[in-house]
Amino acid sequence: MTNLGPSQTIRVQLPYHLRTLAGIKDAPGGELTIEVTPPPTVNSVMDAVEARYPTLSGTMRDHVTRKRRPFLRFFACGEDISHDPQDAPLPAAIASGAEPLLLIGAISGG
Amino acid sequence: MSRVRVLVGTRKGAFILSSDAKREHWQVTGPHLAGWEIYHVKGSPVNPDRIYASQSSGWFGQVLQRSDDGGQSWQPVGNKFLYDGIPGTHQWYDGTPHPWEFKRVWHLEPSLSDPEVVYAGAEDAALFRSADGGQSWNELSGLRGHGTGPQWTPGAGGMCLHTVILDPTNPDRIYVAISAAGAFRSDDAGQTWLPINQGLRSAHIPDPTAEIGHCVHHIAMHPSRPDVLFMQKHWDVMRSDNAGGLWHEVSGNLPTDFGFVIDVHSHQPDTIYVVPIKSDSEHYPLDGQLRVYRSRTGGNDWEALTHGLPQENCFVNVLRDAMAVDSIDQKGECGVYFGTTGGQVYASADGGDSWNAIVRDLPAVLSVEVQTLA
Repeated sequence: MTNLGPSQTIRVQLPYHLRTLAGIKDAPGGELTIEVTPPPTVNSVMDAVEARYPTLSGTMRDHVTRKRRPFLRFFACGEDISHDPQDAPLPAAIASGAEPLLLIGAISGG
Repeated sequence: MSRVRVLVGTRKGAFILSSDAKREHWQVTGPHLAGWEIYHVKGSPVNPDRIYASQSSGWFGQVLQRSDDGGQSWQPVGNKFLYDGIPGTHQWYDGTPHPWEFKRVWHLEPSLSDPEVVYAGAEDAALFRSADGGQSWNELSGLRGHGTGPQWTPGAGGMCLHTVILDPTNPDRIYVAISAAGAFRSDDAGQTWLPINQGLRSAHIPDPTAEIGHCVHHIAMHPSRPDVLFMQKHWDVMRSDNAGGLWHEVSGNLPTDFGFVIDVHSHQPDTIYVVPIKSDSEHYPLDGQLRVYRSRTGGNDWEALTHGLPQENCFVNVLRDAMAVDSIDQKGECGVYFGTTGGQVYASADGGDSWNAIVRDLPAVLSVEVQTLA
């Protein structure tokens, strides 16, 4: 992955139900790529995902507060960054596209 | 020849059960919107191929789906349910103030005259309206803000607005019911609201005859007689003959008057159905016998309908939106349908005299609606 001018290509992995909702259930590796103005943050990546797939609006973050939904977690480079500020720059490996940003649903429910 | 389409919402998706007017052989499709909780599915009476579905999950929140081809395909529409202004607080279970938080849509009520208009009853309790086929939603905040809102408390299932009834003779009149606030009526298309709980008596609240605070489970109305309402309250089956102005109890000889569903026969406005449940502590039929009770007299005199229903070892529940009637007229009787938390959907083509399970092994059924198609 390379930086293209003012934007960067970020890899994002979404849970099955959100891929289904977005109409990309069979995306290779459950992954999509998205262009984000640097430096990428959780919020800027989520903004870009929602802009491309408006049906996902409100399913990852609250419509108004933009806070992460409680049963979702953000992982970057093997680390749970769910409690980091959502406007903090993502790690370099995410920004370069070497690693995907993972959005993971809590293992719970029946 | 008429056909019927039964729209079933379950804990893990929606199912559509279709039959001709004989209602003997059923085609089952689903799960639609698989893996999600489908609290309610309901079609437009103006355009029956337009169907709305409330899809939600603890992980991903609320999604609203719409079908324009009778449920064969679905498109997500708007899910932005924002309270009007600063929502303030209601009472929490422990009596402390608790912020109003949107959780999910329990009930969808399409307009009787315009397929683009649909109402959504939400938890935490509020009524929303869309005039563009569900793409965008506005709260009818006169309900939440009419004055008693800060005193509303959730029932065990949450503080949900679960019943929306539109008066077919008066487009300005809307009824809603909220657990555990009670019943409310608007006579100006949802701008202002009036609590209509006089006559209700709820022993579990500090003032049993309070203006609000009653755990209304469901309300039903026959379209030919819109001032007559039937209510299954937490305990008590109630009736009002003046649009909710005053209620009186019609539990009569029911073996227990706790329950969730209540519905009215399509062709007989005084024939009503309930499914008695043992108690508020034990949510299953009395004695393990699944019995629908029918009154031909608008209440008080009830008969048990058991033919075709399990009469031993049955411990399922029938939730508040999980009963419906079709409008086929077969010797004066309509079809009656209900779904259980055990995943059965039972149908009667003879007004309740006999029952058959259309399906037996769905996920827990949350709602049942029926469309009678030309």
